[in-house]
Amino acid sequence: MATITNPRARALLIDITRCIGCGACAQACKEKQGFPEAEEKELSATAYTVLLDKGDDRYVRRLCMHCEDPSCASACPVSAFEKTALGPVTYDASKCLGCRYCMVACPFGVPKYEWTKAIPSVRKCDMCADRLAEGKPTACTEACPAEATQTGTREELLAEAHRRIRENPGAYHPKVYGEDEVGGTSVLFLSPVPFEQLGFAKVGTTPLPNLTWAALEKIPGVVSVGGGTLLGIWWITKRRQDVAAAEAKGAPDPRREEGGRR
Amino acid sequence: MTTPRVERFRPGFWGIVLGHLLVAGALVALFRFTRGLGAVTNLSDEWPWGLWVGFDVLCGVGLAAGGFAITTAVYVFGLKRLKPIVRPAILTSFLGYLLVVVGLLFDLGRPWNIWHPLVMWNPRSVMFEVSWCVMLYLTVLALEFSGIVFERLGWTRALVIQKMATVPLVIAGALLSTLHQSSLGSFYLIVPGKLHPLWYTPLLPVMFFLSALAVGLAMVIVESRLSARAFGRSLEMPVLVDVGRALLVALGVYGAVRLLDLARLGVLAETVSASREAAFFQLEFGMGVLLPMVLLSLPAVRRNARRLYAAALLAVVGFVVNRLNVSITGLEGSQGGHYVPAVPEVIVTLMLVGIGFALFGLAVRYLPVYGPPAEEPEPVPAAEARLVAAAVRT
Repeated sequence: MATITNPRARALLIDITRCIGCGACAQACKEKQGFPEAEEKELSATAYTVLLDKGDDRYVRRLCMHCEDPSCASACPVSAFEKTALGPVTYDASKCLGCRYCMVACPFGVPKYEWTKAIPSVRKCDMCADRLAEGKPTACTEACPAEATQTGTREELLAEAHRRIRENPGAYHPKVYGEDEVGGTSVLFLSPVPFEQLGFAKVGTTPLPNLTWAALEKIPGVVSVGGGTLLGIWWITKRRQDVAAAEAKGAPDPRREEGGRR
Repeated sequence: MTTPRVERFRPGFWGIVLGHLLVAGALVALFRFTRGLGAVTNLSDEWPWGLWVGFDVLCGVGLAAGGFAITTAVYVFGLKRLKPIVRPAILTSFLGYLLVVVGLLFDLGRPWNIWHPLVMWNPRSVMFEVSWCVMLYLTVLALEFSGIVFERLGWTRALVIQKMATVPLVIAGALLSTLHQSSLGSFYLIVPGKLHPLWYTPLLPVMFFLSALAVGLAMVIVESRLSARAFGRSLEMPVLVDVGRALLVALGVYGAVRLLDLARLGVLAETVSASREAAFFQLEFGMGVLLPMVLLSLPAVRRNARRLYAAALLAVVGFVVNRLNVSITGLEGSQGGHYVPAVPEVIVTLMLVGIGFALFGLAVRYLPVYGPPAEEPEPVPAAEARLVAAAVRT
């Protein structure tokens, strides 16, 4: 199920060289979601984005990457996750049965759970899908005083990212994280140093759902070949028994007195 | 209708243990469903799956693989000698899968939505496929098990109809089992970056299938021994010797494929490194595959009920270690930390195991599990009627 990139699809570009570490993005997000205001060090059910201090005046945002081909959406047995045409990967709690395979599957460790609720949901950034639908940028984008986080179409942001690298090669590591990672994501990062140094996951460029699909797509073959084989073996076994029974009863063949019976 | 034995209810040691587990389990359930999973488990955002998935589901389903292995051997491959173990194997699988579902009701965040995969589809999801297979296979097992109940009740007509469906049911069961036993391994195909290379392989589904096949056979031996001790009902030794031989072959195939795959992926050296993962691999593979293979290759072991039981038990424990390695040990490196189940998690798991034993015991006592089908398999109504009549008279 290759995703056809929608030209209207929104994306985020986060430029670590521009970030001043004020944390307004995380704050604005909490405000928008109505979460209690407490600084958190890792994503949680009440923190859809956090800003991590990596030293040397470098700050890295953590948030859902909004993959083009999301592992969570492929993992979910009831399609509670959806990669929407507008870019965000959204979650519908009313479908969810709480198996938490999405959390296991996500290569970025993004989906979090409401462990202390009797009726729990998976919680994660939805890229302000409601705001995007109204043509507005995400809350974090709007709050950023340094234009370190920007909202736009994926194409224009990618072009912009490469322009920055080209025009200022000394300031940037020459790669856009998210351009090819797990087949591409809707959140893109620019960094002054190699991404591993800032704790970014090394995830390869294959969309991870391809790995499970490689097994699932064999099911029709297994069922037809396996079913056919079992039926064939059963038929042969039965035929042999019938013949043996008939011989034992009616026409005894002196040369073949024992035919597979105990 | 007569009951074979009417006894005054007098709980023994295990009965008392089970009673305590049931009370404790009910308390855990109370907290779990009012205060959330976090109140009773050590599950967290880093460890979304713990003992209930690793043991109750992954091991539960695997240990219940005997049903399809034995029914296929008897009804498809015509190994009539194994007929006496068909019913115990079906019973184990049926109870096993029922308990897996009960375990899921504890583990799922919103268990009341467990039926959603029926109407909300996602064919790309391994979990979706497993849900369907388990639902369908549970139905198959219920139908297979119904024959035992019909016979006990003397419902001859129902029994005849049930018997006519045997072969289609067995073949459907074999296919469904092949699919979901392997798919439990496919769960982890999507986490190449998280699962340690000693366990991550594109062949995970094949590994899960082959090891489930082996452990299904091992469980038949283990159960027979336990039934012999508890109820004085067991299988004839020649049958067990055959199962032991089959177990040796199954372990051999699994072990060979596993080692060849590790070599192919270039991680054979990892197995003897000084890491925590390597130690757990050695435990799983040395104790659970190689040692039982060595033991089972000795005729002195295969032909002795107690030694055969010990070898099979090793294979079962090794299997459990393998599933926990895939679901927990193998993820510790990437998750940075350890998961140890909380006491309430262990209580629920023990309670489920206890319920399984108790139901098995009740079934053996009140249903013709280890008995009648020593007669010939022909579904002749008259013969059945006579049989049932005889059973009712006694």
